[in-house]
Amino acid sequence: MAAPGASDSEEEELAGYGTALEPLPEGERIKKPVPLQEQTVKDEKGRYKRFHGAFSGGFSAGYFNTVGSKEGWAPSTFVSSRQKRADKTALGPEDFMDEEDLSEYGIAPKEITTTDDFASKPKDRIKEKARHIAGITSSIPGTTALDDLIAPAKITIGVELLRKMGWKEGQGVGPRVKRKPRKQKPDPEVKVYGCALPPEGSEDEEDEYQPANVTFAPKDVMPVDLTPKENVRGLGYQGLDPTKALFGVSGGEHPSLFTDGSEKTSNLLGDLRHSKGRKLGISGQAFGVGALEEEDDDIYATETLSKYDTVLKDEEPGDMLYGWTAPKQYKNKKGMEKEIRYIGKILDGFSLASKSSATKKTYLPPDLPRDYRPVHYFRPVITARNENPLLLQALVESTGKLETDALQQNRHTLNASQRRELLGETALKGPSPSVLEYLSGKDKERIKEVKQAAEQQMKTQTLPQQSLNISSFSYGVHQKWQMALGGQLATPSSSDFKPFAKNPEKQKRYEDYIESLKQGQKDTSESHTDPGMTEWERGREREEFFHAAVLYKSSNPVLSSRFTRAKHEDDTDKVEVPRDQEMDIDDKESAVKMKMFGKLTRDKFEWHPEKLLCKRFNVPDPYSDSLIVGLPKVKRDKYSVFNFLTLPESTTTTITQTINEKMQQNISPNKPKKPSRWDVSDKEKKKKDSISEFISLARSKVNIQQQQPESVIEEDRSRTNEPLPNKAVNESTDQKEEEESRPSMDLFKAIFASSSDEKSSSSEEDSDEEAHQPPSSVPNSESTKHANLPDTSSADVQECMAVTSEPDLVPPLLKEELDKVEEFGPRLPPVSFSKTTQEHEPVSLASSVEANQKEKPKKNKEKHKVKREHKHKKEKKKKRKKHRHKGKHKNKKSEKNSNSDTVDSSDSLSDIEEIIDLSSQELLRRLKHLPAMKQ
Amino acid sequence: MAFPEPKPKKPELPKKLVQNLECKQGAVRAVRFNVDGNYCLTCGSDKSLKLWNPHKGTLLKTYSGHGYEVLDAAGSFDNSQLCSCGADKTVVLWDVASGQVIRKFRGHAGKVNCVQFNEEATVILSGSIDSSVRCWDCRSRRPDPIQILDEAKDGVSSLKVSDYEILSGSVDGRVRRYDLRAGELYSDYIGSPVTSVCFSKDGQCTLAASLDSTLRLLDKDTGELLGEYTGHKNTAYKLDCCLSEKDTHVASCSEDGKVYFWDLVEGSLMLSLPVGRGVVQSLSFHPSEPGLLTATEGHVQFWREESHMAEKQLPGC
Repeated sequence: MAAPGASDSEEEELAGYGTALEPLPEGERIKKPVPLQEQTVKDEKGRYKRFHGAFSGGFSAGYFNTVGSKEGWAPSTFVSSRQKRADKTALGPEDFMDEEDLSEYGIAPKEITTTDDFASKPKDRIKEKARHIAGITSSIPGTTALDDLIAPAKITIGVELLRKMGWKEGQGVGPRVKRKPRKQKPDPEVKVYGCALPPEGSEDEEDEYQPANVTFAPKDVMPVDLTPKENVRGLGYQGLDPTKALFGVSGGEHPSLFTDGSEKTSNLLGDLRHSKGRKLGISGQAFGVGALEEEDDDIYATETLSKYDTVLKDEEPGDMLYGWTAPKQYKNKKGMEKEIRYIGKILDGFSLASKSSATKKTYLPPDLPRDYRPVHYFRPVITARNENPLLLQALVESTGKLETDALQQNRHTLNASQRRELLGETALKGPSPSVLEYLSGKDKERIKEVKQAAEQQMKTQTLPQQSLNISSFSYGVHQKWQMALGGQLATPSSSDFKPFAKNPEKQKRYEDYIESLKQGQKDTSESHTDPGMTEWERGREREEFFHAAVLYKSSNPVLSSRFTRAKHEDDTDKVEVPRDQEMDIDDKESAVKMKMFGKLTRDKFEWHPEKLLCKRFNVPDPYSDSLIVGLPKVKRDKYSVFNFLTLPESTTTTITQTINEKMQQNISPNKPKKPSRWDVSDKEKKKKDSISEFISLARSKVNIQQQQPESVIEEDRSRTNEPLPNKAVNESTDQKEEEESRPSMDLFKAIFASSSDEKSSSSEEDSDEEAHQPPSSVPNSESTKHANLPDTSSADVQECMAVTSEPDLVPPLLKEELDKVEEFGPRLPPVSFSKTTQEHEPVSLASSVEANQKEKPKKNKEKHKVKREHKHKKEKKKKRKKHRHKGKHKNKKSEKNSNSDTVDSSDSLSDIEEIIDLSSQELLRRLKHLPAMKQ
Repeated sequence: MAFPEPKPKKPELPKKLVQNLECKQGAVRAVRFNVDGNYCLTCGSDKSLKLWNPHKGTLLKTYSGHGYEVLDAAGSFDNSQLCSCGADKTVVLWDVASGQVIRKFRGHAGKVNCVQFNEEATVILSGSIDSSVRCWDCRSRRPDPIQILDEAKDGVSSLKVSDYEILSGSVDGRVRRYDLRAGELYSDYIGSPVTSVCFSKDGQCTLAASLDSTLRLLDKDTGELLGEYTGHKNTAYKLDCCLSEKDTHVASCSEDGKVYFWDLVEGSLMLSLPVGRGVVQSLSFHPSEPGLLTATEGHVQFWREESHMAEKQLPGC
C-alpha cells in the first residue's frame, strides 16, 4: 500500500492499491471516532434508517410489531371482486421493492409521466386573458376554474390564425390605428406648494411624444362590463377567485394590459388585478396584515423573470411612456378615461361628446323631526275575546285587521274561539266554559270576595313566617314577601326572555302579571287572566306564570353577559321519543296466556350499536354510515298533562328555593343571586322528605294492621316479665307465625342483643326454670324499639316485624335488609333462612359451622346429649366473656332457628304441650349455651 | 381432561355431592364457573368475592373492594381478569393473580344485578336495577360506558353475551336480544318478570325463567315457544336457570331448596335435587362436564354425576 507521505519516485515503483488516505493536515489531531450510539445510517436517498430490535436486524412495522392497531384487530370488510375481476392486476415483485432498488435490478421505472400532448404548457397569456374576461362577465365568479381543468392541449385554431395574420400577443385585434400627434404641454407656471395638485389637463393635453406617420396596432383593452348589477353583493365584490389561488401570478404578468393609466379600469372591474404580482396562495384581507407587512403587500413576492417581457415588441408598452418613469400624477388620466368610456367605432357623422351629460339630480331625504324615534309601534291586536263582539265585527268589517292577524298565526295555534271567528260562526249558545257563568252577578262577586279574602289570609299567614325568617337573618331589611320575590322576578323589559313567545296573548298576560307582581299587587293574576278561560285553565296559567317568573328571573349580569341566546331555539314543546314503541301489552298478555309465542309477542326494532362496541365485538358495524346510536328517535309533542302533573311539586320546591336564596342573600348581600349548591341539597332534602312522608303514610296504614302483632309482642314481654306459662309465649309466637311466613329474626335480635351481657351473669346461678325469665334490660330495649316504631315500620306487612328493630341496634348486615324492603323487582333471598321445614332439625346447618350433611342424622339424635355436654362445658368456661361476645352473632342465628323450630312444632299440632314447653326451654337454654358451643 | 369417550353415553345428571364449600361470606349471592370449569367464583353478601377450586374445595383467593354485597361475577376467557358487580352500583374489574382492582366502573343508578364479559374480555356488560345495560370498555381508560342500552322499562335482572349478541332479561317481563351484527333489537314478551336468561349452547334458543314459576325455551330467531318447564317454585326471588353441558337438560333453582332438572325436549321433570333448606339462590353448570354448582344460604355445593370418581379430579391448584 502506498504510504501517504511517499515521494513521487517511490510511487512510481510501488504498485498502489485502493485510494490513498488524505494526508493529515499538520498540527491537527486525529478525530475521535463517532461513538456507536451516535452513528447514523442513511439510505441512498439520505433518509435515516432506523434499526429496531435487540440485534438491530428487525424493522419496525405496524402497531408494536403487530399487524393490529390500537383499537384491536379491526376486521376488514369483505369486498366482492366479482365485478372487478377484469381490472385486477397481478402484483409483481417490483411493487414491493423500494424505488431506489429498482435500478439495481434492472427494472425500468413505471411511473406515470405526462406526454407532450397533455403536458401543461407555460402559461398561455391569451387563454388567461380570455379566462379573465369570462370570469368578469360570467354570473358566477370562479366558473373559469372549470376551464382550467379542461383546458385544450394546444392553442386554438383561432389564435393560430391570428398569429399567422401578424397578430402578436399583447396587442388588440383590429385595423392599425394612426394616432394624432399631440402637443407637449408646457410646464405650469404656477408654483405649487405642499402637495402637488393633480394635473388638470384637457383632453388634448398630451405629455408624450408621438411620431407621425406611424400606425399602431389597436390597444388591447378590456371591454368595459356594462352588465347591470343585479346581485346584492357589495360593489365590486367578487368571490374568491380560485384561479388566483391555483395559478398565483395573474395580474402582474400583464403589464401591457393594465398599467398605471388603466387603474380606473381595474377598479371598475372589481380590482381583479392587483398592481403587484401575487404568488401562490389565497391572499386577501381575511387573514389580516402582519405587523411586518405594509398594507396589503405581499412580503413573499419575489422577482421572477416571468414578470418581464420576453418578446421584443415593436409597439409601445401600454402606458406609452417609453421609459418615462415620472411619478404617477403626471400621467394623463383623462384620455384614458375617455377611451374607457367608449370603446368601439364611432359612427360616421358622430363624434364623442365633449361634455358629459348632466348628472342625475338627487334629492336629500327630508329632515327628521327631533323627537323622532325609528321604532314602529304596532297597535294592539284586537282579538275576539277581549272586545265586544259587536265592536269586533265592526272592526273586522272596516279594517280586516283581525283576519290578517289571525292568518299570521299558525293554524294550529289558534284556539277554538279564534277559529270560530275565522269561520265567521257565532258563539255557541251551549254551556259556557265556566260554572261561574251560571251564577248571578251577586254570587259571583261574593265568591270573588271570599276567594280574595282567603288568598289574602293565606298570604298574610305565609308572610309573618317569611318575614320572621328573613328579619331574623337579615340586616334589618324588611321586605315583604311578595316584593322580595318581585325584585328577583324576571323583568320583562330588561330580560328578553319570553317564555310564552309562541302565544303572544299569553306572553302579554305574563308580562302584565310580572309587572303587577313587581308593583306588589296581591291578586295579580286575577286581573290579567283571559275571561274566556275556565277556572281550571286560569289556575293553571297562574301557576305557570309564577313558575316561569321564579325560574327565569334575570340572572346575575356578570353571568348573563357570558351567555348568548341560542341561534336555533330549542323546540321546547317536543321531546325525543323512540321511533318504535313496544306494542301494546294487552295483546301480548293474551298471546302469552294462549302460549302463542312468536310473532305476537315479539317486537323487532332497528337498533344501532355504537361503533366502538362493534369494534370490540369484532363485528362490522351494520349501520356504518349512520350517526344514530340506540333506537332511532323522533320528536313528539310533549304531553301537556304531564307538565301539569309535575307542576305543584316543583312550585313548592322552587318556593322554598327562593326563600332560601332570599335568606342567603340577606345574610351575604354581595353574593350573586344564582342558586348555590346548598339550595339544591335543600331541594333534594325536600324531595326526600316527601318520599319519606309518602312511605310513612303507607306505613301508617300498615301500622293499623300491625297493631295486633305489636300488641302481641308487648304481651309477650309483659308475660315474660312475670313468670308465666311458656305456653302463652308460644301461642303468641304462633300468632306471629300466622302473620308472616318467615320468622322475624330481627325482632329477636332486638330483644336479645342488648341482653346478652346480662345473660351470662344470670345463667351462672339460675336454674333452667329461671333461665327463660328475660333479663332486666329487655324492657328498655323494648321501649326504645317501640318509640322508633312509627318511623321504621315498613310498608311491607311481611317485613314489618323485621323492621321494628331500630337500625341503631342492628348490625350493618341487617340494615341491608332494611334497604331491600324498598326495592323493586325480584328480591334477593335473605341472608340466611329459617324457613318452616318439615324436618325437625333443631340446629340447622347454618348455625353450626362444622355441620355436614352426612352428620345430620347423627346429630339429630345426639342433640340433647350434646346440649347437656355443652352446658357443662359452658359452666366451666363461664368466666370467659370474650367468647361470648364473639359468638353473639351466631347466637342470634341460632335463636332464630330454634324459634322457628318451636314454631314448627306448634304448627304441626302433632306435638303435645310438654314438648312445646320443653322446646321453649330448650330455646332459651340454647341461647345461653350456644356461644359456648362455638368455642 | 383428555379422556377418550368410548361412546356417547346417555347424559348423566349431577346427583352426587362432591364438595360442600362453607364460604363464610354471608349469603352466597351467585356462584359461577370460570370459562373452563376448573374454578368457581362466589359472590358474598359480605362484600367479598371468592375464587375457589370446587373440585378440591379449596379457597384460592378473596377479592375485597366492593362497598356492598356482590351480586354477580364473571371470569374472562383467558382467566386473567374477573368482573363483578354489586349493590354498591359499581362494576369492578379485577386482576385474578394479584387480587387488585383494575378498574371500577361507576355510572349505574342502582344496584347492578348481573355482569358479563364479552368474548374477548374487551367489554364488560352490566345490567342494573336502573333498567339499563351498560357496556364498559376495558381497553381504554374511558370512564363512561360505550353505550347504554336503556330500552328496558324495569330493572335488568339477567344478562348473557354471545359473540355478537346481548341477551337481557328484565323485570318488565321482556327478554331483549340485541343483535350487533344485524343491528336489530328483538324484544320477546314473557309476561312475568324475568329473573334469568341464558343461551343454549348451540346458540339457537334462549331460556328464560320468570316469576310465574315457569321456564320457557324460546326459539332465538322467531321467538316461538319451544318448551315450557314447570314444577319448581320461583315467585319472589331472583333465581338462576341454566342448560346442561350438552343442552340435554334444563336446570333451575327453586325456592323450596331444590334444583329441578327437566328434559329439554320432552319438558318432563327428570330430577329434583334436594340441596338445602333455604332457597337455592344460584347455580352454575360446568361448561363441558356434568357438574353443577349450587348456592344456598352461605354454602356452595358441587355436584357431579353418579359415575364420577374422585380420581378424575383435575390437576392443578
